[in-house]
Amino acid sequence: MKRYSAFAIAKEALRQHVGWTRAWGNPEPKKRYDVIIIGAGGHGLATAYFLGKNFGITNVAVLEKGWLGGGNTGRNTTIIRSNYLQDPSAAIYEKSRSLYETMSQDLNYNVMFSPRGVLMLAQTQHEIRGYKRTAHANALQGVETRWIEPAEVKEICPIMNIDGPRYPVLGGLWQARGGTARHDAVAWGYARACSDMGMDIIQQCEVTGVTTSAGNVTGVNTTRGDIACDKLGMVVAGHASHVANMAGFQLPIESVALQALVSEPIKPCMDIVVMANTVHGYMSQSDKGEMVIGGGTDGYNNYTQRGSFHHIEETVRALVETFPMIARLKMLRQWGGIVDVTGDRSPILSKTPVEGVFVNCGWGTGGFKAIPGSGWAMAELMAKGHSPLTEEFDMNRFGRGKFIDESVAAGVAH
Amino acid sequence: MLTLYCPCCGEDVDETDLHAGGEAHLKRFGPGSSDEEFEGYLFMRENPKGVHFERWHHTYGCGKWFLAARCTQTLEVFGTYPAQTLEPPKDIRDKITKKRPGWTWGALS
Ligand SMILES: Cc1cc2nc3c(=O)[nH]c(=O)nc-3n(C[C@H](O)[C@H](O)[C@H](O)COP(=O)(O)OP(=O)(O)OC[C@H]3O[C@@H](n4cnc5c(N)ncnc54)[C@H](O)[C@@H]3O)c2cc1C
Ligand SMILES: [Zn+2]
Repeated sequence: MKRYSAFAIAKEALRQHVGWTRAWGNPEPKKRYDVIIIGAGGHGLATAYFLGKNFGITNVAVLEKGWLGGGNTGRNTTIIRSNYLQDPSAAIYEKSRSLYETMSQDLNYNVMFSPRGVLMLAQTQHEIRGYKRTAHANALQGVETRWIEPAEVKEICPIMNIDGPRYPVLGGLWQARGGTARHDAVAWGYARACSDMGMDIIQQCEVTGVTTSAGNVTGVNTTRGDIACDKLGMVVAGHASHVANMAGFQLPIESVALQALVSEPIKPCMDIVVMANTVHGYMSQSDKGEMVIGGGTDGYNNYTQRGSFHHIEETVRALVETFPMIARLKMLRQWGGIVDVTGDRSPILSKTPVEGVFVNCGWGTGGFKAIPGSGWAMAELMAKGHSPLTEEFDMNRFGRGKFIDESVAAGVAH
Repeated sequence: MLTLYCPCCGEDVDETDLHAGGEAHLKRFGPGSSDEEFEGYLFMRENPKGVHFERWHHTYGCGKWFLAARCTQTLEVFGTYPAQTLEPPKDIRDKITKKRPGWTWGALS
């Protein structure tokens, strides 16, 4: 792998840029791997990366039915924060947020992590109490967040109308170290590092079946032939139920569409991320100047990667009230992704009824922020059979009633 | 926009007037059942990429529940039927079989 640096750019500039190599390989699948990961989204690639980096396991293939990063990883609005309520969530999301801080250096790939601050608005009395409670919980968990009053909200975000007629801004939960990153770059950076460790990232290779023998996994059937493995990681987000079905077990997951949209680029006007959970909308400004906007999920099961237009209308209507200056913005693009939602709105990182099969899913509307932490924990789970970070996220927690209830925090998609 | 025929009031209804109620034909388990049965009823879902039987509430209309058979991969609606039905009616199942040979749903096919 050719290292990226200012020096490398200068050197290449002097010789017509002929020295750059492919960022990752395009190999044919081998007959057998120690570990197969299904899904080359951020979570799958990060799992492979930490299997190699932390455990020296590099005979690994990541199988992807489309192109790498083409699932939710390339479709999300890139909000990164760790201000969750429950301890197990705080542990894995804060681990993840801190790994984002050094990701560009670790991967030698600029993921444009921008800790610009995330503000969650309180617009009802209920939310005031909820966010103050979260701020206290975060203090105990060692996650730096703070309750702020309306005047400070206005100071941090001057374009906001804090005394809107219907839902005035009553304060907010402020996480100064939260922010955004370039989503594609996260997938590409991990793919490049995995490829460099000798792993095979195989695109256009859909897994169509899982083979087992006496309750142990033996391999997968794919559109590019059968491939054997000792361990299998299912990391396919919205397709989790579908792929689990191939191995003969069910998941407590429903797949629904979540949409986002971006506006035409405008001059810098907002240098933080704002989430308004009561009115169902959130917004940030990309480096190109586009306003990046998201809202809530559609209500019904859906695998089509497109949602209903009235949800877009709802989101935009809410944001126009809070940010009157965007009322005349033109929208450039709109898209959807299929998100995997669990009953307690927390992810599943778990062993499964099939020996050697592990599942990482249920990140739903908010797993971009979790990519490095999830990969770190999933790799440990797959390599050692247990991980302190994943213990509580076992798929059997629903039967035992040990929920990790983040449904309040996830009142709006994020 | 999804349009579903409400069998209660006999109208074609836009999804903005409806509320999705999740998987249909769940077998309810209560006191005296095993933990596994209770978990299955409360949390485990078919969530298929394909034929889905589901509940809908005609919220801004007659206010009643009905059931629908729909494909989650294409959003094609195969038919709707009254909520007082324990299994998808035969005519709807036949229609699905014609369009999606080999479909399954739990023990049904
Ligand atoms: C509109 C939108 C906005 C969002 N906003 C945010 C946000 O602001 N902040 C945040 O933290 N999160 C956000 N999320 C959630 C976040 O995008 C996801 O939780 C995260 O990207 C999931 O990553 P993943 O790697 O698990 O899944 P994906 O990136 O979806 O990767 C799974 C991969 O598996 C592949 N696959 C599926 N089936 C098979 C098969 N049979 N064989 C081979 N490959 C298969 C898919 O093609 C896909 O590439 C948002 C999501 C959406 C849709
Ligand atoms: Zn009706």
